This record gives sequence, C-alpha cells and structure tokens, in this order.
Amino acid sequence: MGSQKRIWIARDYQKCSGCRKCEIACSLFHEKRIWPEASRVRVFMLVPGAEVPHLCVQCEDYPCVSSCSMGALSISRKTGAVLVDDEKCNACGACIEACPGRVPHLHPAKKTILICDLCDGRPQCTKVCQEGNWDALQKMTRSSWQLYKVHARTPEEITRELVRGLYGEFGKEYI
Amino acid sequence: MRGYAGKFLDIDLSREKIQEVGFDENVLQSYIGGRGLAAKILWNRLGERWETVDPFAPENVLTVLTGPLTGFFPGGRVCVSGKSPQSNGMVGSTVGGEFGIDLKCAGYDGLIITGRAPKPSYITIFENEVSIKDASPIWGKDGKHTLKILTQESRRELKANFPEYGELKEPSVLYIGPAGENQTRIASVMAKWTHASGYGGYGGVMGSKNLKAVVAKGLGPLPEVEDIEKVSELIKIADKECYKSGSFRMWGTGAAGYNCGAKTSSEPVRNWQEEWHDNKGFAVDKFEERLWVKRYWADYGCPTSCLKIATPKMGEFKGAITDNPDYEMQAFLGPNLGIFTPEDNVYLASLIDDLGLCGIQAGNTLGFIAELYQRKIVNEGDLDGIQLEWGNAKAFGEIAQKIAKREGIGNTLAEGAYRAALELGKIKGMNLAALAVVEKGMAIGAHGIRSGRDFASNISYACNVQAGDHTSTAAIPSGNENSELNDILHDSGVYCNFNTFSVSLDLLWEFFDAVTGWKTLRQDWYETNGFRILNLQRAMLLLGGPDLTWKANADDENPARFYEPLPSGPYKGKEVDRKSFEESKQEYYEAVGWDKNGLPKPENLRRLGLQDVETKLRKAQVLTA
Repeated sequence: MGSQKRIWIARDYQKCSGCRKCEIACSLFHEKRIWPEASRVRVFMLVPGAEVPHLCVQCEDYPCVSSCSMGALSISRKTGAVLVDDEKCNACGACIEACPGRVPHLHPAKKTILICDLCDGRPQCTKVCQEGNWDALQKMTRSSWQLYKVHARTPEEITRELVRGLYGEFGKEYI
Repeated sequence: MRGYAGKFLDIDLSREKIQEVGFDENVLQSYIGGRGLAAKILWNRLGERWETVDPFAPENVLTVLTGPLTGFFPGGRVCVSGKSPQSNGMVGSTVGGEFGIDLKCAGYDGLIITGRAPKPSYITIFENEVSIKDASPIWGKDGKHTLKILTQESRRELKANFPEYGELKEPSVLYIGPAGENQTRIASVMAKWTHASGYGGYGGVMGSKNLKAVVAKGLGPLPEVEDIEKVSELIKIADKECYKSGSFRMWGTGAAGYNCGAKTSSEPVRNWQEEWHDNKGFAVDKFEERLWVKRYWADYGCPTSCLKIATPKMGEFKGAITDNPDYEMQAFLGPNLGIFTPEDNVYLASLIDDLGLCGIQAGNTLGFIAELYQRKIVNEGDLDGIQLEWGNAKAFGEIAQKIAKREGIGNTLAEGAYRAALELGKIKGMNLAALAVVEKGMAIGAHGIRSGRDFASNISYACNVQAGDHTSTAAIPSGNENSELNDILHDSGVYCNFNTFSVSLDLLWEFFDAVTGWKTLRQDWYETNGFRILNLQRAMLLLGGPDLTWKANADDENPARFYEPLPSGPYKGKEVDRKSFEESKQEYYEAVGWDKNGLPKPENLRRLGLQDVETKLRKAQVLTA
C-alpha cells in the first residue's frame, strides 16, 4: 500500500434522493452510454424511500482479489481501487460470492466483471452528487483507524436497517 | 432512429398474444411518443367506432408509452393513455419513476395492451422475455403490499434467469390497487408507493383488463442518441438550472397547501364553496418539521426532487406513509374536505395511494358527497351509517374504502362526482350536477380561476382537450411557441414538465435535437404536429360516448360553482365573468382552428392531414355543415 492519502467514497443513504445521477455519470464516463446496469455504482430501491447507492468499499483484505483464480483483479497502487483486467476476467463470478456485500456484478453485454475503479482518484459519482448538494456520496480521505469493510453489505441488509430508521416499526411490513 | 429502442409490445390479453411492432420514422417524427403517439394509436385502432367503445370493455386500448427524451431529459416519466372512462375522450396521463427507463433498457419504447385476461394477471418484461403471469395471489392487495410482493417475486425470478450476474437492481412496476381492480372511474395507475397516473382514470381500465401490474427490467443501455457528448452536456446545464429552483427543491409543491389558500385564494375548500383559508396550522413548515422523514426524494435523473416523504410518528395515524403530500393531495384531501391537520391529510393521502384511487378525483368526489351531506340532501342512511362531517378524516377514509370496493354508497361514488351527481339527482329528484365541480366528467386540478391569481385562466379547463387536467391546459397559442403545445410536447417527449420550468425552450429543443437528430422537429411542431395531436384529442373528446357525450361550445363550460362569487378572502366577490369567458373562448377556438361553435374546421383538419377525422366527425354528425 502506498503512503499517499487514499480516497474513500462515503455514503449517506438517508441523503440519497434516488435521482440516480451517479449511475448516469458513471456509465457515461465508463461506457459512453446511459446504462443503469453497467454502472459501477447502482442505486437499489427495494423499498421506496430507501434508496441505496451500492458500490465497492475497498475492504482492507480485498476478498474479491484473493478469490480470483484468473489473476484478473488487482489493487491500484495509486488509489487502492480494485482494477479489473477485462482480458483475464472470465466472468466466473467468484468475486461476487467472495464479496460480503455482493457488490461486483457482470457487465450486461461484455464477459467481464464490473467493480468501482474510483475513476483513478477522481470519482464521477461523487462529483455529480456534490454538484446537486445531495452529499449522499462524498469523496473523503481514507482514515487508517476506520474499518471500511463493515460497509460492504448487500442491498437487502442495508435496506433493512434503513427502512427501520425511516419508517420505524411500521417499516418492517414492507421489507 | 435515435432516442428510440425501436420496438413496441402489442399485447392482446384475451388471446395471450404478444408481438413486437414498430412505427415508421415519419409517424414517430410527427407524433414523437407518449401522448402524441397514443392519440395516433387510439385513433387508428378505435377512431372509426369511438363513440361505441366502452372504456372498460376489452376492446379499449391501454397504452403505456415512453418518448425519445425519457431517461435523457431530467425527470423520468411514462405516459399512460386509452379511451378515458372519465372524459370519454383520450387523456395523456404521465407518472414519474423508472418504469420508462427500464422499458427502454429492455428494448421497448412502449406497450399497447388490448383485450381482457381470463383471470387476474400481470405482465413481466425481463429483457426480451415477456410473459403474462397469474396475479390471483395479489389481486385485492393494497399498493404497498402489491409492490413488495412483486419486487421480491421478480427479484427471485431475475436471479433464476440470470444466475451468474450477481445482484440485479429491482425491476420497475406499474400497478393498480383495489380501486382499479373494481373498475372505479377514479382509479390511478400507480408506481412506487405514491406516484400516480391519475387523470383519465386508467387504473380502472387496467382493472377491466384483469391486469394488476406490469413489471419491467432491462439490462441494456438507453437507446443510441444522435450526439451523446451533447446530451451529456445538456443534462449538466439543465441540472444546474434546476438546482437553482430553490423553493421546489426545498418544499416541492407542498408549500401551496397554505399559499394557494391564503395568498392566491384558489384552493378548493369544502368542495370549492370557498377558495380561501388562512390556516397556518396547515402550512408547509408543520409538515416538514413534524412529518417529513426524507426531504429530497427524486425519480430517475431528477435534479429538483419535489417529492418528500411524510409519516406521522405518533397519534392514531402513526404509520401512514405518503409523499409530501404534494399540493394536489394536500388540497383535495385537506381543505377540500375541511381538513386542516397535517397528520389527517397524510393519513388520507396514504390511504388513497394504497387503494389506488386518484387523489384529485377521489378528493373531489368526497368533497361533493360531503357537501350533499352538509346541505342535508343525503343523510347518514344514504351513506351507510357514516356521519360525513367536514374535517372528519376517518369518515372520509371509510367512504374512500367503500369507493375502492364499490360497496354501498361507494358504488355510486366510484363513478366520480359528475356521474354520481346524475345518479343521485335522479334518486333525489333534484339537479345535483351543479354541485359537482368537474370538467367533462373529470375533476379539475386544485387551481381555481375565480380570484384570477393562480396560473389557470377562464378557459384553461373549459376548452381543454384533456378535460380537467391542470398540468396541460387550454391556452391560446400566440405564435411565439408559448402555449399548450409545449404541454403536449412534454407529455409526448415524456419527461417531467416541472423540470422544464427552470430551463429555456431553446435548451429543451436542443435536447430533442441531440437525442433524435431530427432537424425540422421544432418548426413542424408549432406549425402542424402539435396542432394535429390537439385536434385528434378534440375529435375523440367530441365523439365521446357511450354513456356521456359532450357538445362542442355548450359543454366547453366552466363548473357552475365558478360563476358564484367567492364568499371569503382577499378576492371576496370575484367570479368568472361570462362575457370575457365567451370572448376568450372564441379567441381560443379561432387560434386552434375551430369554428365559432368549437368544431374543428374541415379545412384545418385537411391542412393537418386529418381527412379521416373529418369523415368520421361527419358520419357521427358532430360536423354537420
């Protein structure tokens, strides 16, 4: 790991409006198309009001990288992001199973996996979120004492907590 | 063709026949999509026998259409249409959300649904895999449970269909509640929990087709556009402009529940008996401080987020959830029912959503029956034992449930205020139609015209091809591109008209240009295409039937109440002036190519290439000269 300051995309789900501009920005940047399922950040709405921007947290131990038998995943020395080598990836899905948040997903049209690459340090999703003053996704400096892996949760897990927070005891009915 | 997926699904539910159809480029160029294309489809398929088509019969055509700008211009919507069981014409009725995006990503621009499924059914569109499924287990369920079950069920199925993919985002769902299932005329097609395509009454049309829901999930990108760099740049500019719309962003339209009462005096109060109130207890700060759990809630690509989420945290209505409520729901389920308590209002809005009723139509119908109760025209006995005092949210809730189930008095009220007035009038031997504040069978928006301080004018509703719709109203085309032709454009390009308030018309047309690449679109729209859609809608509205038919001119009339002076408030004494109304009406007729009796002029129909409309109107003796 390099000693330079690394970034982390903080997520404040309660502030997410569900405008999905992060998806639009991400897919325009990476795919030159507006393509919700090919976006590296995807907003799940399993219960209305509980919008969950779902993206890689860069776990400290990178279980996805170690799960890859093809050597397709590596860690960016610069940003700490998981980088995908499309040539090597055979879309086997081992990294999806290894990820505690089931964050990686296959590209809908290419035989490769999609994982947030932090746009090489200048994330488009946080930029567009900041432009709207939503602050649901914020670019922050990674702290050495914080354990980021705890944030790697499935959309269902996050939704369950969020709905309780939003709607209290009545929320249970809709999960 | 750019901006379009290029395919539409034509689904005959009676024969379970699903096929892909397309439209020629010149048809799409002329009618664009959404409301415009719906007018074309409906006219082609039903025009010849329009006046005989029962909106709830299998032969009615239900369209769910996107437009080329859906997903590109900020604020995703989809446009629902068909022969309306309210106006008996055709209404373009849009609803927000991601459904249109999912549909386009699945490769379809829209759905054309006919027939009637032999049993309760729902349609799933998972990429190009389209199926009709059994909806028996969810038939009768309220909105929130319907959405929950369909979301979970569909996610399971998607996981089975695409096992290697990982987590797929949930599909988008359009559905109906019990009010739609039971074919009330005042039911919405719903999305999410609170989003509704209300005007027109297409929830009941879906119900008549035994269609509980349509679930769509696309994995692909939005269609290719002419210039993606330009589109991306335009999105940035539009966003920036919309972010400046401070008050909409902050309060949505919910601040109007007080403002339209206190300031513009144009809010329905107790079935429009008044249009003024100064109840600060109903002001938006009470909603935001006590009830909102989410201040910014948006649909696909929307920078404005006029939606907010409200839920009472204590008291008897604890656990009710709705948006804002937005102004229409605030007004119609608030002051219009003599309700000035935010919690009561949120309770009713949540209930109306769950039942799949339209907040405007239902609120108007409830106000109408409550006025009959106030005037002792109906009593507790007529209302199945319910004491319908103004302000009694629970009593209004009970009536709403009866409407959704078509139970007791609810069966009469399920017809909407106007038809209920005709029926109750017969029973009571009185003319009650004057107490139904409606336009051609439809409740109007909560923007009164007597004070002259709101945006609606004396002809907004009276001459509207969309009848009571306040989001697209009759306005004299002044030749400078500033008229209802723009409303038709938004409903046809299918994006949120609210996000157009902040951007220039030039920017909007640049969007059309960058998405479609069609160069003459703008000029053609204001010269012919917009007018063609307007005239098609007018023709269908005048053909009407089978239960009610409107006469041009004679029925291009404001609700009787608007000719009564405002009894209170800063504009006390003001009413619609008949003489200036008639003048505005004539000016409007002239501007849109209708004669002094409000009938489309044959030469104008010919100019627009609508010879078949002329022939039909003559055959039906709408045109006689």
